[in-house]
Amino acid sequence: MNLSGWLLALIQTTLFVAAAPLFAAWVKALKSRLQNRRGPSLLQPYRDLHKLFHKEVMVAHTASPVFRAAPYIVFSAAILAAMVVPLVAARLPTAAIADVIVLVGFLALGRFFLALAGMDVGTSFGGMGASREMTVSSLAEPATLMAIFTLTMTAHSTNLSTVIAHNLETGLILRPSFLFAFMGLTLVALAETGRIPVDNPATHLELTMIHEAMILEYSGRHLALMEWAAQIKLMLYAVLILNIFLPWGIAADFAPGSLLLGLFAITAKLVILGAALALAETGLAKMRLFRVPQFLNLAFLLALLGMLSQVILEVGA
Amino acid sequence: MNLAQLSLGEQGTLMLSALVLLTSFALLAQARLVACIHVFAWQGALVGLVTALVALTADTPHLYISAALTLALKALLIPWMLHRLVRRLNMHRHVETLMQPTVVLLFGAALVIFSYVVVLPVERIELAATRNILAISLAVVLVGLLMMVVRRQAVTQVIGFMSLENGLFLAAVAATRGMPLVVELGVAFDVLVAAVLFGVFFFQISESIESLNVDRLNRLSETGEDDS
Amino acid sequence: MLALAELAVLAALGSSLLSLGASHSAAALRWGAFPLLGLTGLCAIVAGLGALMAPEPFTAQLPLGLPWLPWQLRLDALGGFFLALIGLIVTTVSVYGPGYVREFEHGQASLPVLGVFTGLFVAGMLLVVLADDAFMFMVSWELMSVSSYFLVAFQHEHAANRRAGFLYLLMAHIGGLSILLGYGVMAAFAGSFDFEAMREATLPTTWASIAFALAFFGFGMKAGLVPLHAWLPEAHPVAPSHISALMSGVMLKVAVYGFVRVSLDLVGAIQPAWGVIVLIVGSISALLGVLYALMQHDLKRLLAYHSVENIGIIFIGLGLTMVFLSTGHPLLGAVALVAALYHTLNHAVFKSLLFLGAGAVLQQAHERDMERMGGLARRMPWTGLFFLIGCISISALPPFNGFVSEWLTFQAALQTWALESGPLRTLIPIAAAMLALTGALAAACFVKVYGVAFLGQARSRPVRRAREAPLGMRIAQGTLALMCLLLGVFPTTLVHLLDGVGGQLLGTHLPQATARGWLWLTPVSPDTASYAAPVVLLGLILTWGLGSWILRRGERRAVHRCDPWDCGFAPPDARMQYTATAFSMPIRRIFQGLFIVREGVEPEAHTGEPRYQLQVRDRAWGLFYAPVAVVVRESARRITRIQTGNIRVYLGYTLATLLVLLWLIL
Repeated sequence: MNLSGWLLALIQTTLFVAAAPLFAAWVKALKSRLQNRRGPSLLQPYRDLHKLFHKEVMVAHTASPVFRAAPYIVFSAAILAAMVVPLVAARLPTAAIADVIVLVGFLALGRFFLALAGMDVGTSFGGMGASREMTVSSLAEPATLMAIFTLTMTAHSTNLSTVIAHNLETGLILRPSFLFAFMGLTLVALAETGRIPVDNPATHLELTMIHEAMILEYSGRHLALMEWAAQIKLMLYAVLILNIFLPWGIAADFAPGSLLLGLFAITAKLVILGAALALAETGLAKMRLFRVPQFLNLAFLLALLGMLSQVILEVGA
Repeated sequence: MNLAQLSLGEQGTLMLSALVLLTSFALLAQARLVACIHVFAWQGALVGLVTALVALTADTPHLYISAALTLALKALLIPWMLHRLVRRLNMHRHVETLMQPTVVLLFGAALVIFSYVVVLPVERIELAATRNILAISLAVVLVGLLMMVVRRQAVTQVIGFMSLENGLFLAAVAATRGMPLVVELGVAFDVLVAAVLFGVFFFQISESIESLNVDRLNRLSETGEDDS
Repeated sequence: MLALAELAVLAALGSSLLSLGASHSAAALRWGAFPLLGLTGLCAIVAGLGALMAPEPFTAQLPLGLPWLPWQLRLDALGGFFLALIGLIVTTVSVYGPGYVREFEHGQASLPVLGVFTGLFVAGMLLVVLADDAFMFMVSWELMSVSSYFLVAFQHEHAANRRAGFLYLLMAHIGGLSILLGYGVMAAFAGSFDFEAMREATLPTTWASIAFALAFFGFGMKAGLVPLHAWLPEAHPVAPSHISALMSGVMLKVAVYGFVRVSLDLVGAIQPAWGVIVLIVGSISALLGVLYALMQHDLKRLLAYHSVENIGIIFIGLGLTMVFLSTGHPLLGAVALVAALYHTLNHAVFKSLLFLGAGAVLQQAHERDMERMGGLARRMPWTGLFFLIGCISISALPPFNGFVSEWLTFQAALQTWALESGPLRTLIPIAAAMLALTGALAAACFVKVYGVAFLGQARSRPVRRAREAPLGMRIAQGTLALMCLLLGVFPTTLVHLLDGVGGQLLGTHLPQATARGWLWLTPVSPDTASYAAPVVLLGLILTWGLGSWILRRGERRAVHRCDPWDCGFAPPDARMQYTATAFSMPIRRIFQGLFIVREGVEPEAHTGEPRYQLQVRDRAWGLFYAPVAVVVRESARRITRIQTGNIRVYLGYTLATLLVLLWLIL
């Protein structure tokens, strides 16, 4: 019962949750610059959340208790997911509570209640958003699992701390399977976090919304929780991909020096990933819904090639 | 064969071979003709890089010439010729979608698994270390052939044929450290001649049946029904 | 222990007998038959748990059966597990029953039939699990099948119900015949019909494969594997809801029990090819089951297709068990077996919960079509809550029980790296990816079910007037919902019990499964994977509670009501909501190659108004069943030619037979 480890895990989770709006703001700021605008400041999401927390809550007549409970459940699921992903230190005691499959389960729990909330009020937009969201996420699951298989077959464990520590210890090895799994997971992350080319996070047209349509009826503190949960999810996928495939810099022990280096490393990596995401979002166009299956099939194919490369090229005869 | 035990150069060879396989899948499903030619150019460049890397790690200098030849031919000359051909036939905006892309891609993946299973019993000592790159090369060959089966445009069929040849070349380079230089030169010029001849034929076909859809070639037979 | 089990069977038969008196007063059914069924359930639970924890199996011999083939009884850990499962569901159904059958008291259906055959059905299932020789097994199997036929055809006024009943009886008997042939093959080599003798005997590989194939066909048909599943979506919806719960929740599991008994216990050495076939068939069943379920808008038919899906998942686990055992990894085989059995129990619990909820909705709103429901969560709050728990469980979401068994199955599949064979190492991840797709599609389907039926606004008047179900029905659903939570939060207890099954059946225990204490579930080893379910639940409750408390203080508590967003046009009415068909439309388009879809806008017969029609049909009928039916009909037609009606031809047949027999004596 290593108390300092648990304390560090708690601090790390708080840092994760607090920094998530900042990452979303960085991506938004870069996108604005690329579109020749000045864009909002990096602290704007915090101001928005603060404003929303103090605003009045309006709930539709037709809503049931599920509508009011859903934001809390979605936010709790996001926080629990953030608790098991190593951000600054590789070896976290909380990673033993829930491994990467449970992480996928947490995100699925959040999505389930988000979709139910969309259906709850009884309007067409919520139903549309819920239907599209569940379709897109169903098609993304096989790719996610295949990529997890590739990682697990290399590290022989599903515990995220063990996987990252294994990748760190084995040093620089060029693995084709990891390259393919990285590409596949990036495509899946774009789909699950609702970014272009799957969904436009800044749209105002209800017929083009997926995520926004499900939270259309929310206001006040409920809306703040939903928005924050979405930002945590984006940062979650970013940190997961960065720390698994490019783990250099992450702290292997709990010494203050390595923790500081780990913090600096993850910040630098997130800055670069945010820039890449902004570039991708500016350069690509949003696809129509029935082209998203082809996009996710490509993700599955990449993950499948990764697994096949692992079996064919990397394991002994 | 534990990956960690190989040198960095050999790991690089594996990585590049895997990327060659990825490009052959990209060729399989790519709808836009011009993008297809570009992907083929990248495939040629990657094969050239593999050759250069093998020349470096295995210390066989004549492979450098081979690499340069591959790069010049497969990555530059032939794509340029195809590009020019496409422009002259006014097809540079042409888009051809597959009937069932999911099924075709999954079948391609099944071909990869199949070639792995086929190559498994290979036990000769000098080939055992690169047996797995042999599997990848065989997969590239099979996927190239699959491309020739599912695509309807003559130009993409030629690209499929060329990528098939890329796969054979990759097998030769990775498994046996290259063929004798004379043989390589001969094969390279054969491919060049084939590309020129294809260009000539395409004009003829295009003028005869006003399209390059190979399904319509059966109009040329006397008894073939005219199905559009 | 065996005495308790025999008492359970006798109580079931007693309830059957008592129901004969229900023709005079319905109270006999409500206060006599159902409490006896409850006693059955409780005895079965206690007997089953006792057998699970006992080190050695219990055996006995009954003086029933033929003089030279007395019935052998055996209660080992595997049988005990299934006995406890049956007991649990039967107990809850017996609490649910009295409230539910009230609606049949004033109709045409005859109550005694319902009571008698329910008791016989339960007795049959209990006897199947206790059987230790093929004769008793087949007799109990027949009892189970035939009594459930009468229950399926209970409301035989409708032609569709009669057709469903006939199909069910036909397929049950084809399956039973196949099982009997399988036992015949094994008995030929064992020299007797005793399971004990079959365990000792060794069969040559070809004959073992034949026996396995026959058993797989027969038990697979009863369990509902694709393509042998056609009877499931027809039969389960038409039975009364508590019988549907028994059939889906328990009878399918008895088929799983039979398969496990034959393949892991009786047939001897397992071949890797068998495991691969079971794995492939399981994956296909899971995927097709959930896809067809998504296309349904009849609530009970949708739940029946989901049973096909979950049986597929169980067979994926069993396939993994067989693959690992046959390639020399007994520990991993034990893990996969635990995963499969855990999912068996989970499915029994949450499928029964969902069917009981559907029965409550059917009783109160008189509606089975989801397109006419809506807003039921506010009319029937308790049913809505318990149904929501069932939906969350079947979608395999933490912290409920469905997630634990899926996690265990994935963990078993993720140990593929230990295998040597390359093709197996590529096949198992692909099967696991199909399992992931299935799980996600199931979640989508249950968002649709709960969202369309319980949330939103009511789409028809009877639904708007629905009231909460009677107390007994609510208690039954609540118990099952609580079981879902407990099985999800305390997996280590059940894994510890299931370890006994693996120990007795396979000879392997899971030493590391609870190595770090009751809190951590570590099926393979603590380094490979661990899951602390109570901590997850605690975390969820803490963050939810903390968030609520921080945000709801002071003047910000107030929540004001308003109209939903209508884009500035007319206020949205109930018909503008998303329908169930609309919800699953993207998935139908994406997977349309797998269905036969007929879609169109046609004018309605009476009024001439245009109506959108959509028909989604099962491809298995055209591909599999229609050709079989055609062949049977054609060959039957040809054979009828021997019946010429001419007396001289018949005398000629007699002469020919006499000649053959005389020649044989020569």
